[in-house]
Amino acid sequence: MVPLSYYLLLSGILFACGVLGFLIKRNIITIFMSIELMLNGVNLSFVAFATYWKALSGQVFVFFVMVVAAAETAVGLAIIISVFRTRETLNPDRVNLLKL
Amino acid sequence: MPTGNLDTTTFVIASIIKIVLFLLVLLTTVAYTTWLERKLVGHIQNRWGPKRVGPFGLLQPLADGLKFIFKEDLTPPYVHKYLYLLAPFLSLTLSLIAISLIPIGGWITVAGVHTAVQITDVNIALLIILGITSIGVYGVALAGWSSNSKYSLLGSLRASAQMISYEVALGLSLIGVLILAGSFSLREIVDSQAGTWFGFIPKWNIFLQPVAFLIYLTAAFAETNRIPFDLPEAESELVAGYHTEYSSMKFAMFFMAEYANMVTVACLASVLFLGGWTGPVFGPAWLQGLLPVIWFLIRVAFFLFFYIWVRGTLPRFRYDQLMGLAWKFLLPLAVANIVVTGLIVALRS
Amino acid sequence: MLHLTLFTIFGVVCVAGAVNLVAQRHPINSALSLIVVMGSLAVEFLLLGAEFVAAVQVIIYAGAVMVLFVFVIMLLNAGEEEHTRGSRVALLFGVPGMLIGSVLVAWELVRSTPGTEAAGVGALYGSAKTIGRLLFNQFLLPFEITSVLILIAIMGAVVLARRES
Repeated sequence: MVPLSYYLLLSGILFACGVLGFLIKRNIITIFMSIELMLNGVNLSFVAFATYWKALSGQVFVFFVMVVAAAETAVGLAIIISVFRTRETLNPDRVNLLKL
Repeated sequence: MPTGNLDTTTFVIASIIKIVLFLLVLLTTVAYTTWLERKLVGHIQNRWGPKRVGPFGLLQPLADGLKFIFKEDLTPPYVHKYLYLLAPFLSLTLSLIAISLIPIGGWITVAGVHTAVQITDVNIALLIILGITSIGVYGVALAGWSSNSKYSLLGSLRASAQMISYEVALGLSLIGVLILAGSFSLREIVDSQAGTWFGFIPKWNIFLQPVAFLIYLTAAFAETNRIPFDLPEAESELVAGYHTEYSSMKFAMFFMAEYANMVTVACLASVLFLGGWTGPVFGPAWLQGLLPVIWFLIRVAFFLFFYIWVRGTLPRFRYDQLMGLAWKFLLPLAVANIVVTGLIVALRS
Repeated sequence: MLHLTLFTIFGVVCVAGAVNLVAQRHPINSALSLIVVMGSLAVEFLLLGAEFVAAVQVIIYAGAVMVLFVFVIMLLNAGEEEHTRGSRVALLFGVPGMLIGSVLVAWELVRSTPGTEAAGVGALYGSAKTIGRLLFNQFLLPFEITSVLILIAIMGAVVLARRES
């Protein structure tokens, strides 16, 4: 018997790791993967709430989150490839042509 | 449910015995599929296959295994060590896992224990098998990338792109079967194919879903990287594709993984389209438990023979023809199949 | 008891994968850690009884989205990332800040979650049939809109990744 708060804790830890990765990493692909980690944490809390409150719409929403994440990954990686072709670097700090 | 009336210890012991038996049978089948392939392709090409090592060359797989063990296990210094070692393990493990979901026979009673001839009956077995196929792409992709060589990288990129393209057609072709059976569980799909029409035509899905069967077979040939879709690892192309830099046991693991995938595809095709283990059952109780397994193995043997027959007969596709076939032909055809099947089922009820 | 043990084991695997993603310097190792996280999350979903969502997580997330990431890492030949002055500052302030922030949020969560209600393994079975019914009855409009979204994503990815020649 696992209380709901344990699942929420795990989901929170995953989300926190995602935010941490987003803030401190200097490789655009890893930053993007941290976003996916955040989405996964959120998925876990959706499913946990669905089970504990006996509402299946939680699981249906996870479905939509996954679809949106897949679409966003496709477009985001295409953008990263385009940026790499012009700037030859994956470090977001170096994509600074507009900096004063 | 297969666990219904068994207590925990009996269930665990029975499962362990089943796992060991299934693995032994699977590995022996994999070894002897290589023998069958060499013999059959040899005869198709008007020559004898292996015939010196044992009667009819039957000990050839054993000799090959010993050869692999004694070969020099070379790890080139420029590879990414960790991923280089992980990739063949990943490929082989995933190929062997799929057998745990496939039902081979009906129910048998051994020493007072009434169990299904299947390691586990899961509600979503078909989805799990699709998931295993999806993760199988990593074995190929990581093998090529970690080898740190041009030919391996190109071969593995082509092979993984091919695998993920045909996965889509594979999954979509199975939806027609799912609409008819109403469940993802493989045992229930087989049970829905029991019985006959007019007393002699069995109610197999191959008669109800011929288009889906052909799409599944084509997509499965491409998933397992077999001729006519084996450009990524063909002998005259790209050196040897993603397993160029592998030697000895690691190469043998890729080799075994490919044949184990073939066996899994053959088992799935028999379960989904040819009615699994249905067939005339007669005789005493032990024979009644054994006969369904024999009918199943006959179907699997037929598919393996078909695989090897196609290998000996057809030329291979060029890469752009291969990808064009997946996206421009199989995908729309599979979607059309789903629409037509859904319409017919909806109008019937 | 078994539920708690399984939850703890796969929870530890999840957290280890997440921390490894942040700690590794080469993106391929981060990608592999993320795949491990997704796999153990699929097991957690199974523990919660969401069997269809678990299968979809493996097929779509771990089997397609992450393959995309691994392809891009392989194609762009991403190397280890460099440590600039900005990244060291971010590390210095980011890690403690994040730790404090998450401890605060976690304490608040545990404190205010109503009761210690517990559910057994798979208390609510999200079978494909029930989720399908919901998707096509109650959530039909979002379902159709997501199909349009996928079409837009496909077109966008094709246009963006094309070489200007």
